[in-house]
Amino acid sequence: MSTVIEPPVEHLKQLEEIETVTIRFAGDSGDGMQLTGTQFTNTSAVVGNDISTLPDFPAEIRAPAGSLPGVSGFQLNFSSQDIKTPGDQPSVLVAMNPAALKVNLADLEEGGTIIVNTDGFTPENLKYANYASNPLEDGSLAGYRVHKLPISTLNMNALKGNVELSRKEIDRCKNFFALGVLYWLYDRPMENTLSWIQSKFAKNPELAKANEVALKTGYNFADTTEVFTTHYTVKKARIKPGKYRKITGNEATAIGFVAASQLAGRPLFYGSYPITPASDILHELARHKTFGVKTFQAEDEIAAVCAAIGASFAGQIGLTGTSGPGVALKQEAIGLAVMTELPLVIINVQRGGPSTGLPTKTEQADLFQAVWGRNGECPAIVVAPSTPGDCFHMAIEAVRLAFRYMVPVFYLSDGYLANGAEPWAIPAIDQLPRIDVKFATDPANFMPYSRDPETLARPYAIPGTPGLEHRIGGIEKQHITGNVNYDPENHHLMVKLRQEKVDRAINEIPLVEVLGEPTGKVLVLGWGSTYGSISSAVEKLQQEGKSVSAAHLRYLNPFPKNLGEVLAGFETVIVPEMNLGQLCTMIRAKYLIDAVPFSKVKGRPFQIREIVRKVEEYL
Amino acid sequence: MSTSGNGNRSLSDASISADSEVGSAVSGKIAPPPGQLKKADFVSDQEVRWCPGCGDYAILNNVQKVMPELGIPREKIVFVSGIGCSSRFPYYMNTYGFHSIHGRAPAVATGIKCANPELSVWVITGDGDALSIGGNHFMHAIRRNLDINYILFNNRIYGLTKGQYSPTSEFGKKTKSTPLGTIDYPINPLSLAIASESTFVARSIDIDVKHLGTVVEAAARHKGISFIEVYQNCNIFNDHAFDQFAERSVRSDRVLYLEHGKPMIYGKDRNLGIRMNGAHPEVVTIGENGITENDLLVHDIYLKDPSVAFMLARMEQPDFPQPVGIFRAVERPSYEELMTDQINAAIAKSGPGSLEKLINSGDTWIVE
Repeated sequence: MSTVIEPPVEHLKQLEEIETVTIRFAGDSGDGMQLTGTQFTNTSAVVGNDISTLPDFPAEIRAPAGSLPGVSGFQLNFSSQDIKTPGDQPSVLVAMNPAALKVNLADLEEGGTIIVNTDGFTPENLKYANYASNPLEDGSLAGYRVHKLPISTLNMNALKGNVELSRKEIDRCKNFFALGVLYWLYDRPMENTLSWIQSKFAKNPELAKANEVALKTGYNFADTTEVFTTHYTVKKARIKPGKYRKITGNEATAIGFVAASQLAGRPLFYGSYPITPASDILHELARHKTFGVKTFQAEDEIAAVCAAIGASFAGQIGLTGTSGPGVALKQEAIGLAVMTELPLVIINVQRGGPSTGLPTKTEQADLFQAVWGRNGECPAIVVAPSTPGDCFHMAIEAVRLAFRYMVPVFYLSDGYLANGAEPWAIPAIDQLPRIDVKFATDPANFMPYSRDPETLARPYAIPGTPGLEHRIGGIEKQHITGNVNYDPENHHLMVKLRQEKVDRAINEIPLVEVLGEPTGKVLVLGWGSTYGSISSAVEKLQQEGKSVSAAHLRYLNPFPKNLGEVLAGFETVIVPEMNLGQLCTMIRAKYLIDAVPFSKVKGRPFQIREIVRKVEEYL
Repeated sequence: MSTSGNGNRSLSDASISADSEVGSAVSGKIAPPPGQLKKADFVSDQEVRWCPGCGDYAILNNVQKVMPELGIPREKIVFVSGIGCSSRFPYYMNTYGFHSIHGRAPAVATGIKCANPELSVWVITGDGDALSIGGNHFMHAIRRNLDINYILFNNRIYGLTKGQYSPTSEFGKKTKSTPLGTIDYPINPLSLAIASESTFVARSIDIDVKHLGTVVEAAARHKGISFIEVYQNCNIFNDHAFDQFAERSVRSDRVLYLEHGKPMIYGKDRNLGIRMNGAHPEVVTIGENGITENDLLVHDIYLKDPSVAFMLARMEQPDFPQPVGIFRAVERPSYEELMTDQINAAIAKSGPGSLEKLINSGDTWIVE
């Protein structure tokens, strides 16, 4: 009897090339969706796709399992094209339970793909998500391509007996099983995640093994199951050559300030009180002790900023970071820094307000707070990064301007920039701006409130310098001498000097650039994190031959020198903002033009198509 | 050049012609070498603007007198204050000074000390500034044990806002804001400082010049937070607040001067003392009922356990003598020292940070 060895069954699965995929991972906040999304993102970045992400998580750490408020989501847009947003609508939704499906289905594009963990669709979970009947069975998902996978069971079968872990621990690996399925589906290599697992669980080899097996089994399952007949590949993106890394806004902010400290040759002091979504900056900076970074977790927001002011007075880079409610608490102290004319940088990672508002959602409603939010005439410079990678550069700018003009500088990031990720072209250090910090040392004719003729900055005389002993404080100062002074004319003069100092920063900030023709029908003017949506919308309209340009402000107080001229070149100026028109109001007031506000205050970034539609109204 | 009447001139003109201004926030341009400094070297050229007869004068005078004894160059000394009468103090010291905002001096001082641990940093505050609006910073600056000297001028009233009750005003006190008497129970600054794990706790009296000087000097020499409460008379809004024990004629009978290693004896005739009766202190008379010095509590400022210090802090007139002096002086590493140690250890282990490495960290890839 001879044995016939059958040849292996040829996989007849097709590999189809596509340009862009927008995928959303959704599950309970304990399901590990942020981790799954981040791993998929890292791998996509490393294979050379352009990426942009939008993590979207609840304010509760662990809302009840299966409940609607407990759903955590992570959206990733990856492409072989240059992309600037996480995508208007997901084309693929991974839902680990009924609540995740319920919350996210409305966002999914028509005919989109749904991958569900059928094991999560228990009667109890269906009830929790307010489903009267099981959507997987009642035909309500007929318009979508639905892949039903018993992910929990498959994962349990793969690991049970293989690893010495409890059922509960095994079940927690199911996100890696799901990730494996998706890696096959989108033709991603597993190496990056496998090495991450090895280093993350180095101290717990059993967990490392479990996650590794879950990932590989998920991948192989997808490869062999008849559920999937096709998988997809997304080629490397055609983006500017260079060396890249994936970066989130908060990471770029933190290392940007470390870089500023290196460029200035002065140590960084970061005073902060934990607050969402700014805490990651504190965590990141606390790791960089080898750069001499001093992090101070203060007892409250006020102590955080006051300690930063103290550090500035003593000659270090005083930095404080928070979100909107924290800035409200810091404002009196920021006024002190304005009055004492000390350099200070205030990071505001804006979130939904007012009050506690929407702690984990994004918003841009603190512009007025930065520009005008203090008692008295109390001007500060305001800058705002426009992309996660730009956070690095604007951090350097904030420090540069604070020291150059001896003035507080607001740095307005937001929740979307903070947590969103993109590929970042790593800059050459010798191309970064120099930051000159000059201390006064000569006692001859030293006057603490004399001024540099160019910038109007007062001399920076730090404790420890012999012969320059002097006193500063929050009471009005006499021009030149710095003595306490209540004279009416002196006060008027000092108010004007402090304002003019900020106004003169206009001479050292870059001109605003116009994306497209310098004149035309519509200019879309934005600031901060709306850059991706606005520029994508405007490029799309330009490709259709429409007379639309865009301009994006990274400097909001003062505005760039050429802004008035740029605005004058267009029939209509539309200002999309995640607030009720704060920049728009400033533009109308300063340039006396009938700028049109376009507001969206939903805790979510603008979609490209929302901006396209708005602009079309004015064409 | 006067700024009056010149409101319309251009800002840039005003900004550079300062030569003939009268007076200056800076004085004594050339610092004499350390060791040869005198009290006068610490007096700034600013006119002192406290009310005549204010207890603040005595404290200022004393601090200025102690300064040369410390052997610290003037440029390495920083006085930081909040808001209130006492908080004008830095303007009158010819050192670096920062008159900050209400209640926040400890936080500003924290930043200064962390940024430059070589500086001798002094916080000057009052009962309202430290215990009311700045209560939170009071507790946290103390528990961190920064090497800062923290002097609280306690006059038991709000002076600069003209006479409202403070967190240390006695219960039932009638003031402008409490015409029928306060219904707030007062707080004891020393109890709070001890509860906040202060490593040095002391108390003195504005008019007890010699004692105050000794306490200030001891505070300056203590490594770690040094907290001093000074009873300070506000002769305008709360005059005679401390006369019951501080007034010269009764002081020796009603004030207990705490001295390390010595039994707690007081009284004109040195015949009164403090003895423990079970868990409670009591006043006894030496020579009566067979009581001798050996029965008395012996003061030990180095006790790790803060219980005795706390008990002493709670003693007050009329049931007990009012204790002054050093209540507690224990050692613990200072915050800024630990902060510096962590940085140095990190550098020793991994070398100084490289910006090139930092920006190139994480997963990177090349696009061609």
